[in-house]
Amino acid sequence: MDSISGLALGFGNAFSLANLAWALLGCFLGTAVGVLPGIGPALTIALLLPITFTVSATGAFILFCGVFYGAMYGGSTTSILLNTPGESGSIITALEGAKMARNGRAGPALATSAIGSFVAGTVGTLGIAFLGPVIVEWALVLGPAEYFSLMVLCFVTVSAVLGSSALRGMTSLFLGLLLGLVGIDLQTGQPRLTFGVTELLDGVNVVLVAVALFAVGEALHMAWRHHEGKVEVLEVGRLMLSKEDLKRSFWPWMRGAGLGFPFGVLPAGGTEMPTMLSYYAERKLVKPEHRHEFGTTGAIEGVAGPEAANNAAAAGVLVPMLTLGLPTSATAAIMLSAFQSYGINPGPMLFTQQAELVWTLIASLFIANVMLVVLNLPLVGLWVRILKVPVPQLYGGILVFATIGTYGISNSVMDLVILYALGVVAMFMRRFDFPVAPVVIGMILGPMAEQALRQALTISQGDWTTFVTRPGSALILALAVLALAGPRIWAAVASRR
Amino acid sequence: MTRRGADAADLAAGVFVLLLGGVAVWAAGVIPTTPLYAQVGPKAVPYVVGGGLAGLGVLLVAAALRGGWSADLPEVAEAGPPNPRALGWLGGGLVMNLLLIGPLGFSLSAAAQFVCTARAFGSTTPGRDAAIALAVSLAAFFLFVEALGVNIGAGVLEAAILRAIGREVI
Repeated sequence: MDSISGLALGFGNAFSLANLAWALLGCFLGTAVGVLPGIGPALTIALLLPITFTVSATGAFILFCGVFYGAMYGGSTTSILLNTPGESGSIITALEGAKMARNGRAGPALATSAIGSFVAGTVGTLGIAFLGPVIVEWALVLGPAEYFSLMVLCFVTVSAVLGSSALRGMTSLFLGLLLGLVGIDLQTGQPRLTFGVTELLDGVNVVLVAVALFAVGEALHMAWRHHEGKVEVLEVGRLMLSKEDLKRSFWPWMRGAGLGFPFGVLPAGGTEMPTMLSYYAERKLVKPEHRHEFGTTGAIEGVAGPEAANNAAAAGVLVPMLTLGLPTSATAAIMLSAFQSYGINPGPMLFTQQAELVWTLIASLFIANVMLVVLNLPLVGLWVRILKVPVPQLYGGILVFATIGTYGISNSVMDLVILYALGVVAMFMRRFDFPVAPVVIGMILGPMAEQALRQALTISQGDWTTFVTRPGSALILALAVLALAGPRIWAAVASRR
Repeated sequence: MTRRGADAADLAAGVFVLLLGGVAVWAAGVIPTTPLYAQVGPKAVPYVVGGGLAGLGVLLVAAALRGGWSADLPEVAEAGPPNPRALGWLGGGLVMNLLLIGPLGFSLSAAAQFVCTARAFGSTTPGRDAAIALAVSLAAFFLFVEALGVNIGAGVLEAAILRAIGREVI
């Protein structure tokens, strides 16, 4: 199905009352968790996973994507008004945004980030709609060997290329791979790494791991580092963008969107890099008379560009997820496990076998963007109130939901013991700067990679050279090696000079 | 970078990863082999992952012996001293939840955990926290049971409420 008729079908379905309601609920929840420090979209979607037992796949994914997009909008509000970024993509927004807020320009900062998010989200969703079918066409010729190599590339980029240390990123990834191995081996029926614990035969649940990493570990780490003191929420003031603000924001929005989307699509994932690049680009390109505002009173370009890049990259992440079944962020990985619980295999077949689901989802993303801009600008006062939820009760509530989300899986205290034990591990991971997202990605992608590996070797009758003699696979593996070794070689060459 | 001695904390983290890798290799070794024909048996990937983890552990230990990495992290350098009081209250709340959730059911147990958590983060109003905690945990219970269709099983408090509103106890 081509993009235009797909979108026509999608919009036809998306405007049903039920689907609009799911989108609105998702946007609302997403903005709320984006605003609240300490919870993000990955945790929220993990806790909502039980919904897949009762709700249709379309409804559930509209809800999840609403949460995903909404959290991006909400995160910027926290960055600007609290100067504490809620998630990694908003770190850059806090640089200039919080300075603008301190100088009484919180309103324009919030407005430019919300409208910029809308512009970029729409550009990004158009990208999904038109790029998706192209990639699918190309991906249909990939065999298990190419898939395995593609997953290796994905592992390398999410763990070794992004983040502060390749060594610690890889360690996180391998921890995730290890967790993914626990349970019955699907091909031979043998129990693996269960240590004789019956509860582990079904494997470690992804909800449990996500909750341990993103809720329990976070709470423990915050408690460890806790010191008494009050956080200050800055005043919002007037929300309107003046003509001048609008003029200064327009090109940064466009450049940010153009920069962010390709980064999201590449199996490199991550929103840190495009937001940072956008920030540096805007600082370079700003008109000389405004240059002094960067780092002093806060420049609106430094909010508009990165915030657009952030949202476009987030939309881009959905492209490899929907077309190849490759998750490049923790949130996408958890959405992938939701597909699995419906018995749907994300990948090139998704666009043909589940065309209605895919196009309804894409159409709903457009609608969600409109809803989010409405939710975030006129209703900003509501989110400011949510920001003022005191920390003690906030973490109390987060742990209540963490407990019920885990205990609800099997009603077993054993699961809670594993949850808290992993939570302690996650606390130390935070302390020693091990990233947590590769754990989730490794855990979900690992078993898929193993399956692809075994299929490829069955086809080649045990010949391991199949991965380098098939040109597609060899090319992808070469890219992976380049991604791993390239930066180091570059650094070595640069230091010799 | 100036030369530094080994960083004890980082060394412990590296040794932990190394041990975890060792355990994983051992656990891969005891996976029962199968007479079923397979090009790649059930042991191969666990060996690779366990071995990889152990190898990364060795590299982390080496990095720690060269001075470690966490001293360079601004978050660690700027952080105040650890807060054993807060960590104690939070950990105590988690353990209490483990002990109480069986006999008392979710809502009461989670409410107790809420109060401990709030106390950990500096709340000085346990009575008010308890009231909020009960409201939050009951709301979470009915949200999961009614809206998400998750069967958690009614505890003491939930059963009493269900009986009071004339519903069947799940």
